[in-house]
Formats: sequence, structure tokens, C-alpha cells
Amino acid sequence: MKTSNFERKALAIPYALFMVFFVIFPLLVILYYGFTDGEGHVSLENFLNFFRSAKTVGTLIYSLVIAVMVTAICLLIAYPVAYILAKGEYARKHAFLMVFVLPMWINFTLRITAMKEILTVLEGNLAYHPFMNTIICMVYDFLPFMIMPLFNSLTKLDNSMLEASADLGANKWQTIFKVVIPLTIPGIVSGITMVFLPAMTNYVVLDMVYNSTYIMGSLIGSYFNAYDWNNGSLISAILLMFIGLFTIITNHLIAGEEGGRRR
Amino acid sequence: MEKDTIIELKDVKKSYDGNTTVIENINLEIKRGEFVTLLGPSGCGKTTILRMIGGFDTPTSGQITLNGRDISPLPPYERPINTVFQKYALFPHLNVYDNIAFGLKMKKVSKAETEKKVKEALEIVDLAGFEKRDIQTLSGGQQQRIAIARAIVNEPQVLLLDEPLSALDYKMRKEMQLELKNMHKKLGITFIFVTHDQEEALTMSDKVVVMADGAIQQVGTPEDIYNEPANVFVADFIGESNIFNGTMAAFHQARFADALFECVDDFEKGTKIDAVIRPEDVEIVEKGKGQLTGTVTSADFKGTFYVTFVQCGDFEMEVHTTKHLSAGAEVGLFVEPDNIHIIPYDNTINHYVGELGAFDAEKGLFVRFADVEIYVDYKKVYPEAKVSDGKLVDKSGNEIVTEGVNVVVYFNPEDGDMSDNKDEGIVTGQIVSFYYIGDHYSYTIRSKSENDYVIDDDSLWNQDDIVSVIIPKDSIKIQFMK
Repeated sequence: MKTSNFERKALAIPYALFMVFFVIFPLLVILYYGFTDGEGHVSLENFLNFFRSAKTVGTLIYSLVIAVMVTAICLLIAYPVAYILAKGEYARKHAFLMVFVLPMWINFTLRITAMKEILTVLEGNLAYHPFMNTIICMVYDFLPFMIMPLFNSLTKLDNSMLEASADLGANKWQTIFKVVIPLTIPGIVSGITMVFLPAMTNYVVLDMVYNSTYIMGSLIGSYFNAYDWNNGSLISAILLMFIGLFTIITNHLIAGEEGGRRR
Repeated sequence: MEKDTIIELKDVKKSYDGNTTVIENINLEIKRGEFVTLLGPSGCGKTTILRMIGGFDTPTSGQITLNGRDISPLPPYERPINTVFQKYALFPHLNVYDNIAFGLKMKKVSKAETEKKVKEALEIVDLAGFEKRDIQTLSGGQQQRIAIARAIVNEPQVLLLDEPLSALDYKMRKEMQLELKNMHKKLGITFIFVTHDQEEALTMSDKVVVMADGAIQQVGTPEDIYNEPANVFVADFIGESNIFNGTMAAFHQARFADALFECVDDFEKGTKIDAVIRPEDVEIVEKGKGQLTGTVTSADFKGTFYVTFVQCGDFEMEVHTTKHLSAGAEVGLFVEPDNIHIIPYDNTINHYVGELGAFDAEKGLFVRFADVEIYVDYKKVYPEAKVSDGKLVDKSGNEIVTEGVNVVVYFNPEDGDMSDNKDEGIVTGQIVSFYYIGDHYSYTIRSKSENDYVIDDDSLWNQDDIVSVIIPKDSIKIQFMK
């Protein structure tokens, strides 16, 4: 017994090492740089400066606006698609799913370049609508990441739930709003987490569509390019806090949903 | 007063993708306020019928009427029918109250009214005070009750129950059976219950519909079904039974198991029959005093009686008796005439519509039927024909055109045989059912194209075995179609 227990634990060692070197250690480095000044003294100066500067706060708000819009549009497009893919009655479901997920296999700069060409044909000059083009390209880029978790969640949803709802007098729309959406909230949440953070940071898309406004990712990039490890790390830490906060809130919401709604 | 019909199925058929038929032409009337059970082995189509009544499946053809109105095109939410699902299908995101109130909310019933009705429904299922509980905290039996409450709170005209007790343990199941029956009396609405458990069906129902292979085998009261099974399938499926092949020897007299029995059913002398005798209807008497004499091979105590097997020559009889007999004892067996149930033999067994092909001087006459294509001796079909110049001619020398002539081909189950070797027989299929008939087993083998072959065999094969059917050429009989 003893030996077998030991052997089992030993199997975790590579993963533990991986975690330490590639997750915990980098996080500590980020926190260290974020909350120290250039000489290694602990300081909140970077943190306070971030919120004092109109430029950085503006970037944060601009990033949030983009991320919220991209996530919302992705969700609105992905949910019906995932629903039809998961619950529709037709053969070759997975082939259709593949069509939506296939772009994930293609290099993302190539995809954005292709989208740029399409937009250029439609708009004439990309420079006229940098904001809209950013949203379009990001939605196109992140859509599969929203569809996959929703599809999984909807596939797991037992058809008897839909039948029970119809049996009790709910029409198709009522069933979707009263049963399907509440029961797929975990999928919705993981879809949002998959899209929201990349949408706040992926400044390559902005560069490619000639959107010169900074988002959080561009800030980090520019600080690091200037060898300002402290400010760059601080912004990463702030993003981390955002995501942490978001996860805590949504987990709370899910627990509330699954624990039965109170009257 | 004769109760009026609430639900009627008229010529209902259901097939998937146009080829797999699950329901074959069903006609069924259900009276208002009845407790009807659809009973049958899994895959017999009983759940499909329930789902069509509930609106979750639509018939491929035929009509389902409710109070005389065709409801087959209506979606489930427009039918005054509610369902208790097999796995309850309670909504995990809602508590007990909201689950039960779901249907009422959809109908926009006022809040006060909803609260009152939910409370009543919870009282009916004996779970008063459970409003605020989460679904996950309930036991299987409690979830079952909530599922029933959620359905009956809508005051449906018909309540459908899809094997609702199958997930419960034995004791709980027995309790719920009684409770459901009481609930049915109290509510006075029509219950349509689906189960594969014959005991459950017999205990609970006013009317039992026995199904097999997508077709109704018998409809009747539990007593009718048990005492007067319409065919061998029902006799075998409901309760224990001894089944024997035989013939009518005279008026009110049947011959089977190498003995003569007085009986009460009227059939013409010479009719082929199946005789069904329930084990509890066989009396053990002194050797020589009954219709049969045999040796006890085993006796197992089952609480209130002994399951005793008696070997009478080639035939085996199962007897349920309170007397304890030890193996080896010589006894007589006696069966009262009205305890022998005679079923006329199904004359469609192993009868196929076929077609003749061209005559070949070397191989013989080509016949095609069911899955089979063979050459047979032409004398089977044209006893007076002759071969002349490689052609088949009649008495006056005119050539007989055989191609395209429709015939009926048949063979006796006892002439057929089965083999594991695929190449040995003329068709392969799966054993879909079998019965023990006194001294042998009767197997039904179904081929891929859904043709059934009935073969008698002494040895025991397994359900679902893939076997090859051997039909000796000599035993095939061919008649012209009338």
C-alpha cells in the first residue's frame, strides 16, 4: 500500500515542477516587478501612477469597451450557432462544427490579413473605420473559442429537459430562456473567459487594421520594448486582478443558479 | 354507463428514415379515466407510442385523437397532456416550488393561485413543506414524487408515465405502485403507463396492452391477459407457463405432450394448436391418476410454494405446488379442463410470398422468397410436368412459363435447423425470441431484411445470437397463390 501511494504521488512531480517554473514563478516575477521600483524597493508608486494618468486609465476603458463589445457580439453569434449545431436534427453535425472551428487551425495573422482584404474591398480604405474593423476582426478571430464551450455545454444538456419544458406548456422561446440558457451558464461563462481577456490584450489585431489607439496589451508591449519591466509587469498584474475578479463573480453567479433560485 | 373514448390511435405507423419500422399499424382506444398500461419487452415500441401521444414524436402515418380531435400535428405544449419522464427530468436550476410551478407560470396563472395549487400537489405526493428544497438534495423516490406533482399540478386530461418506477429499488417501487393507483382513483384522470414489468402492469392497470415488435399482441383486463393469452408470446411474457404444440383430437379434446386432455375451447378436429398451462394450475396426484405420469427432476422452495419440474417422457412440466416432493419421485399430473388454454396455431408462421424464376434443366426450378433464392425440384410445383429438350412442358407438351408466377412458400418449423456456420444455411439472422415448448425450443430468427423464420430446435441458443438458418430443400412446400 505504502509503496503504491508513493508511486502515485511521484507521477505528479513533473506537473508540479511545470507549475512552479511556468506558472507560479513567472507570476511571482510579475508581482515583484509590478510592485517595486527600478532599484528593487517595494513601492505602490507604479500602481498609483497607473490610475493617476488619464492616458493609462483611458487605455483601460478603451480596452474594456472593446472587450465587452467583442465578447457580447461573439456570444450573440455563437449561442444560436452552437444551439443549432448541438440540438439540431441533421446528419454530419460534427462536419458543420468543423466549419466553424476550422479557422482555429489557420495562423491568426493570416486570418486577419484575409479579413483585412475583405474589409478593404467593402470599405475602400481601412483607415476610415479603425474601431469597427478592430471589433470585426476580433470577433472573427475569437468566435471559435466562444462556440466550443457553448457547444459542449449544450450537447451535455439532456433532451429530456427540453421535452419536460415543452410538456409543461413552454413554447420554443420560453424553453430557451427558462431552461436552456439557465442550464448552460457554465458554458457561457467559460466562453466569456476565453474571449474577454484576449480581447483586452491582443494589440496585434489593432496594429494590423491600423488602429493606433492603445489597448492594455499595447501598453504592456510598449513598456517592455522600452525595458520598463516594472510598469509592464504592473499592467499585467492589473489585468490578472480583473480576470480574478470576473471569475469570482461568475462562480458566485453559477453557484447561485445551480443552488436553486430563491423566490 | 359506457365510458367515452378520450384517446384513440387510428392506423398509427412510425418508421425512422423511411425504413426502420418501430410501430406497425396500431389501433387503440383509451377510455376516459382508465389506468392503461403499455407492456412489452424493451424495443417493442411502447415508449414510442407514449411519446407520440405526448407529442415528442409524430406518427409517420395515421391519427391520434383526443376527445375526437386529431392532435397528431400539435406540439407538446399545446396538448392537455403531461408526462412523468423515466429519469424525472426535473430542472436542476430550479427548486421544488419552481419546478412544480413551471407549468402554471407558462399558463400565466396568478401567483396566489399558483401557490395554492403547488401546495395541494405537494400534499397529494406526500411531500408537503418541501417547497424550498433543492432538487439535488432529494432522494430518488422524492424526485419521483416531485416529477408526478409537477405533472398533475397542471390538471392534465391524460397523464403519461414512462417507466417511472424503473429507477427505484424494489420496496420503494411496490410502495409507489400502490400510491400511483390511489392517486389515479383520487384524481380520476386517465393514466397511460409504460412498463416492461409484467407484475407491475397486472397489479396497477384497468387495461393492459401487451406489445411486441411494434404491434399490439393483446388488449384486455389483467385477468384476461393472464388467463386467456391471445398468443404464445403473451402466454410466455406474462407469468410462467407451460406451452405445448398439439392438435385437436376431438370435440373438446386436445392431444399434446403425448396425452389426451379434455378442454373447454372449441376448435375443429385436427386444428394445430398451442396449449398453455399455468404452473399453479397443475395438480400433483397419485401416479396413474392424472393425464400425465412423470418423474420429479427438481423442487425449489420459493417462499409460498415449490417450483417443481416433472419430466413426463420427452416433455417437461413446471408445477407450482405447496407439497414438497423430492427429486426422483414418480407422480401423476392432473389439469382441470378449464385450466387448459388452447391457442390456435399461427398459420402465417414460415409462410412467404415468393416468385418463380426460369426453369433450368440441370439445376431445377428457380424460386425466390423472403431472403432466399434457390433451385427446387419442379415436381414440387408442377407434379404432372415433364422435361423435354431442357424445357418444362405440361401433359399436352406445351411449354410452361414459370417466370414471374406468384407462389406461397412454406416450411414446417421442425424441419428447419440452425447453425453457427454462416455458409451452412440459406440465410443468416438474429434470434429475436424463443419459447420453451414442452420438449423443444421454438426460435424466431430475423434476417437483416426483417423476415422472420421460426425454427424448432432441441438445444438452447441465446437471445440475439447470430445464426444461419438451414431449410432442407425437400421440406420446402410451394403452392400457387390463390
